[in-house]
Amino acid sequence: MTDIVVRAEHLGKRYVIGHQHDGGQSYGSLRDTLAHAAVDVWRRIKDVAQGHALISGRTREDVWALNDVNFEIARGEAVGIIGRNGAGKSTLLKVLSRITELSTGRVSIRGRVASLLEVGTGFHPELSGRENIYLNGAVLGMSRAEITRKFDEIVAFAELARFLDTPVKRYSSGMYVRLAFAVAAHLEAEILLVDEVLAVGDAIFQKKCLAKMDDVTKTGRTVLFVSHNMGTILQLCSRALLLEAGRVTFAGDVSDAVERYHSAVKEDSSIDLDSFTGHRRGHQEFSRIQSIAILDEDGRHETVFGMGETMVVRLSIDIKRPIRAALFGVLFRNSMGLLIHDFRSSFDGYWPDLEAGTAVFEVKIPEIRAYPGYYTVGAWTQQQVGIASDDYISEALKIQIIDRKRIGDPSANFEIITKEGTEVYHPCSWRRVG
Amino acid sequence: MDEPLLILEPSRTERHYWADLGRYRELFLILAWRDVAVRYKQTMIGLLWAVLRPVLTLTALTLIFHRVAGLPSEGGAPYPLMVFAAMLPWSFFSSTLSEASNSLINNSNLISKVYFPRLIVPTATLLTELVDMAIGFVLLIGLMAFYRFAPTWHILSLPLFVVLAILTSLGPGLWLAALNTKYRDFRYVIPFIVQFGLYISPVGFSSQVVEPEWRLLYSLNPMVGVIDGFRWAILGGNSVIYWPGFSLSMGVTLLLLWLGISRFRRMEKAFADLV
Repeated sequence: MTDIVVRAEHLGKRYVIGHQHDGGQSYGSLRDTLAHAAVDVWRRIKDVAQGHALISGRTREDVWALNDVNFEIARGEAVGIIGRNGAGKSTLLKVLSRITELSTGRVSIRGRVASLLEVGTGFHPELSGRENIYLNGAVLGMSRAEITRKFDEIVAFAELARFLDTPVKRYSSGMYVRLAFAVAAHLEAEILLVDEVLAVGDAIFQKKCLAKMDDVTKTGRTVLFVSHNMGTILQLCSRALLLEAGRVTFAGDVSDAVERYHSAVKEDSSIDLDSFTGHRRGHQEFSRIQSIAILDEDGRHETVFGMGETMVVRLSIDIKRPIRAALFGVLFRNSMGLLIHDFRSSFDGYWPDLEAGTAVFEVKIPEIRAYPGYYTVGAWTQQQVGIASDDYISEALKIQIIDRKRIGDPSANFEIITKEGTEVYHPCSWRRVG
Repeated sequence: MDEPLLILEPSRTERHYWADLGRYRELFLILAWRDVAVRYKQTMIGLLWAVLRPVLTLTALTLIFHRVAGLPSEGGAPYPLMVFAAMLPWSFFSSTLSEASNSLINNSNLISKVYFPRLIVPTATLLTELVDMAIGFVLLIGLMAFYRFAPTWHILSLPLFVVLAILTSLGPGLWLAALNTKYRDFRYVIPFIVQFGLYISPVGFSSQVVEPEWRLLYSLNPMVGVIDGFRWAILGGNSVIYWPGFSLSMGVTLLLLWLGISRFRRMEKAFADLV
């Protein structure tokens, strides 16, 4: 029998969120508004009396950030947790590190756990570097004796010996991160939970951190590691869990998991959303997006665009009830799920009044401002400003942006990798003046 | 197997909670130390504030209640001394209450990122306030020397009353801290309690000026017992403890302490989702 140190069975985490609207009556008069405010206050008083949390909005909805999650992790494994934004990765780490309580299921953990969800947790700006090492160490669960023993090592790792007695508010952000990571890197725990903390600092320091993480896993300790950076995951982990909308959809070899992660959204120029299985939310009381299509300038279906070319997105929306001054939008995300553009009808001054029936809209994006790579397209509708979306599909289709000037040039690829997180391309003109 | 086995289940009460508190005592001390260390940083006169504030309050209270209202002292004790004996526990109570109740929100960055028994945070503020109280005791010695007032053997009981002051502050402090994470309304309620409490507690006057038939009802305020105790210990034979009232105050203190801890424990696991 293998030595299992973390076992999750049917783990679930529920949050309750509120919506402003149920039924859709809008407040006609001051009297109505006051009446509704009174009802709201009364409901809050009832909540307080019963010891519930306050939830703004008049209707409530349960959202399962994690749902029926099962996995086992053996001693000494380095396991990556991957998934798009909102898939539940960070919630999972919070549950495992006991910061928040799970709603269903059971988790058993064998060994001392340290969680590193942020670098520099508890740092106080007024205190010196030396004082903050002790403070941060204690926060992460190190004893005073342990910190004293490793103090010199921590200072050497951070390369900050000269600034030990300076308040950290005078540190540059790079120095701050170095000090924080140096403390974290010297944690001694059997199980380490790490959330995306390597995405900070300059390139040289990042490399140093990665090497340190690699050491940690080689000494037989168990690491659970959340990251959006697939390169880091592939480098550090042997196994990975793929989370999608709060569920583990794949657990196994890390390269298979990363491949599945990249192929989760179909590369296509149009999609019929009736049988859509991805992440979708909203009550769809007023409208429901039926299909999304991506076209080029001439109205032909297309999935590959050059940087700065024209893209047209066609939305077919089933209007269930009349809407005055409707708004809707198109979401444009990078391959990690990060929102790059939210094209909103309202920001372009388009506020159509809609009758019940099917309405088809086209939004023309004259120059698509993104660097080469894969991107996803989603869409949303909203019945009025300031309330939750009526229908929301975060990622429906995948498209590719290419650099038409440099097809077949391998150095172009290298440039994409090193663009340091930015995804937005803006065309500029260049000339030599001296 | 020597490794600890941890089971997480919904609303499972942890058997090791109190043992855990012991394990995290270093964090407790370091959080208290942090609050002390940063308290007077970037102020011009620094620690002098800890002296200036009580002296000014003492002057104001003596002027109003003794000179203007003409209230008597206890026995032959000088009026300012009697007021100061009450100000020690009162300012401890009021600042602990305000600091503790905001402590969870002020430390939300910790609470949402690491696990530790949350009880540590509000109780650490208590330690910080104890440091201020210690400064108060130095002032007290100066004041006694100034009035050439010698303490009696009663002074030996003072540590007991300090413990009572701690317990009296802890109960409501914990409860308010927990409630404050859920309902920020309490942020606005606490300054009221503190302001109001100064007038309904016998700080600027002696509790002996309260009519005898109201005395027991008056002792429902737990600070009445604490203040009477401090005066008894400091002023010696000049002060008399009204025992039925004192026991009632003690009872209220213990009830609030139990309520505070049990409410806090019940809400504790949701703090990270609320702050």
